[in-house]
Amino acid sequence: MVTAVRELGAYTVLHAAAPAGEQPAPGQFAMLSCAEHWGGGSDERPYLARAFSIARVAAGEWQFLLEDVGPGTRRLADLTPGETLLALGPLGRPFTPPPAGRRAILVGGGVGIAPLAILRDRLGEDATVLLGFRDGDRAQGAQLLAGAVVATDDGSVGHRGRVTELLEAELAGERGAVVYACGPAVMLEAVRALCERAAVPAQLALEAGMACGFGACYGCAVPRRGGGFLRVCVDGPVIDAALIDRAEEHAGAPL
Amino acid sequence: MSVEFCGLSLAHPIINGSGTFDAIAAKAVFGDALTRSFPFAAYVSKTITLQPRQGNAAPRLWESPSGLINSIGLPNKGLRGYLEEDLPQLAQIASAARTGPSGSPEREGIPIFTNVMGSTAADIAELLAACQERAEIAALELNVSCPNVSTGLDIGADPAVLASVLAQVRPHTSKPLIVKLTPNTADVALCARAAQDAGADAVSLINTLRAMALSPGRARASAEAWLGARTGGLSGPAIRPVALAQVAAVAAAVSIPVIGMGGVQRAAHARDLLDAGATLVAVGTESFRDPSAAGRIAAALRE
Repeated sequence: MVTAVRELGAYTVLHAAAPAGEQPAPGQFAMLSCAEHWGGGSDERPYLARAFSIARVAAGEWQFLLEDVGPGTRRLADLTPGETLLALGPLGRPFTPPPAGRRAILVGGGVGIAPLAILRDRLGEDATVLLGFRDGDRAQGAQLLAGAVVATDDGSVGHRGRVTELLEAELAGERGAVVYACGPAVMLEAVRALCERAAVPAQLALEAGMACGFGACYGCAVPRRGGGFLRVCVDGPVIDAALIDRAEEHAGAPL
Repeated sequence: MSVEFCGLSLAHPIINGSGTFDAIAAKAVFGDALTRSFPFAAYVSKTITLQPRQGNAAPRLWESPSGLINSIGLPNKGLRGYLEEDLPQLAQIASAARTGPSGSPEREGIPIFTNVMGSTAADIAELLAACQERAEIAALELNVSCPNVSTGLDIGADPAVLASVLAQVRPHTSKPLIVKLTPNTADVALCARAAQDAGADAVSLINTLRAMALSPGRARASAEAWLGARTGGLSGPAIRPVALAQVAAVAAAVSIPVIGMGGVQRAAHARDLLDAGATLVAVGTESFRDPSAAGRIAAALRE
């Protein structure tokens, strides 16, 4: 059941009563749909459930960060407290905490900052957090991760430019870090390439359109380094960056 | 409520459509909850080919009005990988699977149907012969939505080609042979009749309908396709009335059992297909939205 819905700049934070059973680890996701008025919207969509990172677990609630980009996200953002939210999860492979003595650098872009919030909650204040947004309205999302260093494309908040420029500076001479990243494919690819060059291990939370979330549909496959595919739902969403040649632009189907 | 199908006794008439439920992945995700209350009365494997297949390039999915277009491309480990790695795991899951209504004696153990596809009669014969040797496999389902290497047309789209291929492969197995018909043909009832006459023990339908979506980011007046394979197959509620028409036409044309499927979301939809002449009903895309959907439908059918 939805317990609260709040605006956060361009985003919506959806709070829902935690389902009974296993509680999420940072990086895991849930398949969300609404009990009422799911389908029958514009073009008879949405039809399938949508995959969302679990952004935070607190006070018996799971929180999700939404951006209205299509019929599914629009309907979810229109939920009001008391309505029934259908959630299948937690699903997928979570982030692995850094080995002792290594510091964590969290890099997020846009609505992809969601799984970094719960990761930050677990890792504590020592983690470095770098977040990038298109504009100031979206940069309000950074409130989910206190103390984050922010970059915006339009320079309205923080560094003017890409979050990966902040990462590049952070990685200069760095050997003892682990990078945790989630965001658009173009950002993930830049993070992957930077970390590969700096020989710093990276864990990437991938996004892909998926019909099921539990390994049945094979729709979320992304090419694996050396051949074959990874299913983002069961082999990810968090993968070791060394498992892929590049973070693919087309991985996010508009589901 | 138990159902006889090709000499097998099933706890209820609800099974899965091939390629819509990966029992091995589901066991890893849901653990014992999967086998404690298994949604299907028989488990149909995804399509197995002689050689391993990687599947199609991304993107593989598109959500359409009340439906899903997929171009997954039948990724699988190939016959050897299936028989050596997957089948023993599937057999373990299937033998532990409890299915049936609460309140009446539950069954432990369900049969496995292995779905295979080949582009020549020789390939199909090899697949059937290898599966014939394995006791874990209760029945075989032949996917005939595969282009014939010489004609380029789907084997199952032409009744004469279908009959010829089936006549050549039928002797290679004594297990029940189900032919998964393609809906992308002029007259599915003729194809079903040809399958029956060539020795099929049952037919299943409908497979996905060929469909396409254009890329939302394409240049003006371009026909750039969204899916990596350009076209895909449409499933989900959008195809339910088509499925009903084809199942009714096929059931009227053959005397062998029919497995009906296409857009089933609720018991009423399964009931429609049963009333149209199906012996079993498969749940497919709906399991993507709710992995326990088939169990819910089977339970509701009893009421």
